[in-house]
Amino acid sequence: MKILVCISKTPDTTSKISFKENNTKFEESGVQWIINPYDEWYALVRAIELKEKDASIQLHLISVGGADYDPVIRKALALGGDEAIRINATNNDSYFIAVQIAEVAKQGGYDLILTGKETIDYNSSSVGGMLAELLDVPYISLATKVEVNNSAATVNREIEGGEETDEVSLPVVISCQKGVAEQRIPNMRGIMAARTKPLKVIEPAAVEALTNVVSYELPAPKAGVKLVAADNVQELVRLLHEEAKVI
Amino acid sequence: MVLIFVDHSDSEIKKSSYEVLSYGAALAEKLGTSAEALLLGAVKDDLATLGNYGVSKVHQVSNDALNNLDAQVYARAVADAVTSLNADVIVFSHNQTGKAVAPRVAARLKAGLVAGAVALPDTSNGFVVKKNVFSGKAFANVNITSAIKIISLNPNSFQVKQTGGTASVEQLNITVSEPKVKVTSVNKVKGEVPLTEAEIVVSGGRGLKGPENWKMVEDLAHELHAATACSRPVADAGWRPHHEHVGQTGIQIAPNLYIAIGISGAIQHLAGVNRSKTIVVINKDPEAPFFKAADYGIVGDAFEVVPKLTDEIKKLKG
Repeated sequence: MKILVCISKTPDTTSKISFKENNTKFEESGVQWIINPYDEWYALVRAIELKEKDASIQLHLISVGGADYDPVIRKALALGGDEAIRINATNNDSYFIAVQIAEVAKQGGYDLILTGKETIDYNSSSVGGMLAELLDVPYISLATKVEVNNSAATVNREIEGGEETDEVSLPVVISCQKGVAEQRIPNMRGIMAARTKPLKVIEPAAVEALTNVVSYELPAPKAGVKLVAADNVQELVRLLHEEAKVI
Repeated sequence: MVLIFVDHSDSEIKKSSYEVLSYGAALAEKLGTSAEALLLGAVKDDLATLGNYGVSKVHQVSNDALNNLDAQVYARAVADAVTSLNADVIVFSHNQTGKAVAPRVAARLKAGLVAGAVALPDTSNGFVVKKNVFSGKAFANVNITSAIKIISLNPNSFQVKQTGGTASVEQLNITVSEPKVKVTSVNKVKGEVPLTEAEIVVSGGRGLKGPENWKMVEDLAHELHAATACSRPVADAGWRPHHEHVGQTGIQIAPNLYIAIGISGAIQHLAGVNRSKTIVVINKDPEAPFFKAADYGIVGDAFEVVPKLTDEIKKLKG
């Protein structure tokens, strides 16, 4: 069996977000870069668990990004996986990214493709679904549990107000979230091994992006908190009812 | 034409669908075109009443294969409907269904998608849609350059508007493919308000000291007809189920009112809730960072304040 895990690089969750060049670019200085948590904690770790149970599984990682992605890809390889592929292109458009991954995935004949449910920077939840469509295979989104045997997957996925269990034949694309696996810390052996694992860099396919970011903005600051004394809860209820009009 | 995807579950149209209908109708008016709705499957509701949310026509594809969501089957049906009806813009909710289907439709039609929109497009120079990025810490204005455009709207981002209109309902005849995903069981939490659809959310953190103290959170939520939520440490400790965890790596919500009890307000937690219209923080630590992001606050012991708050709300409602 062959598994492909899609890896994005995102700012650390504690990063202060700011913009430069007239709010057209993300201010990267001082930002710590991490593997997108959904890609790492859930998609990648689950794939590693499956490989631990069946050593014949080939596990490949794929990213779309510039050379600045390499440290993050090595970090992912330190957790596990046999090799990584980086498509050498920088673009924020989900369709552009999905086409690049689809080109590689078509050649690779993967049975299972895992992504995180979204990246914590663009929050679009889009690449997995687009990839599935481009490969003409089923897509199960927002998975909370993924079990795989040779030819099929059993997946729990989030629905409104609960979960459902789905059965689907491979190949399939699945987007993963909490529940699928638990976060792991890479060990020294993994970190050493990652240095010599293959990281192939390939040039992107010619495709036009369908969207582009014109500018960014920060939310308007809050006016400031109105404090109510702990023995005057009645006043809070009055404010919520009469001023905020939310109850 | 603006085509609005109407989502439903348990034979009922979802609340988020009324938001996207109102959004799509406002967008059509802005573009000087018509707004029409597309419903896959069947619901109990009278579809003509969707006219009340600004659409002139409702296209229904009735087919048993559409009773469960298989994103591949749905996307094909939506794409075929778009082509046969000649729609220029498609609007989804950025909910569980929208996240499964909209990207597939986008790839199938080679249509640019802005996922998680929070406002109507600015059409003065292109087709620029404001969307949530960096998990609620910022917005991006994204231009869609393709001929067909797709927007998925963040839940609770657009005011529902009733127009008093009636829509004509037409059966749309398109071929529906065989589902490849088999749903073997559905497990819904009965009687609770789904977190992502809730207008009011009451949330608890480590300050509540243990799972045995959640009754007062639930009592308050019950009085407000609110959903309950929690911070990440609480879910990680197993005090509350993971599906209640709101924050950057949990569920992101934007209710009208968010009441945070015993939550300090770490940046990751704020990222999941800071689009809430009104935030109330109850915390005994006056230095808790959450107060900086709050509209109203009480510095005090949750174990005293929360039961009083529940009583006062009872009085207000009674």
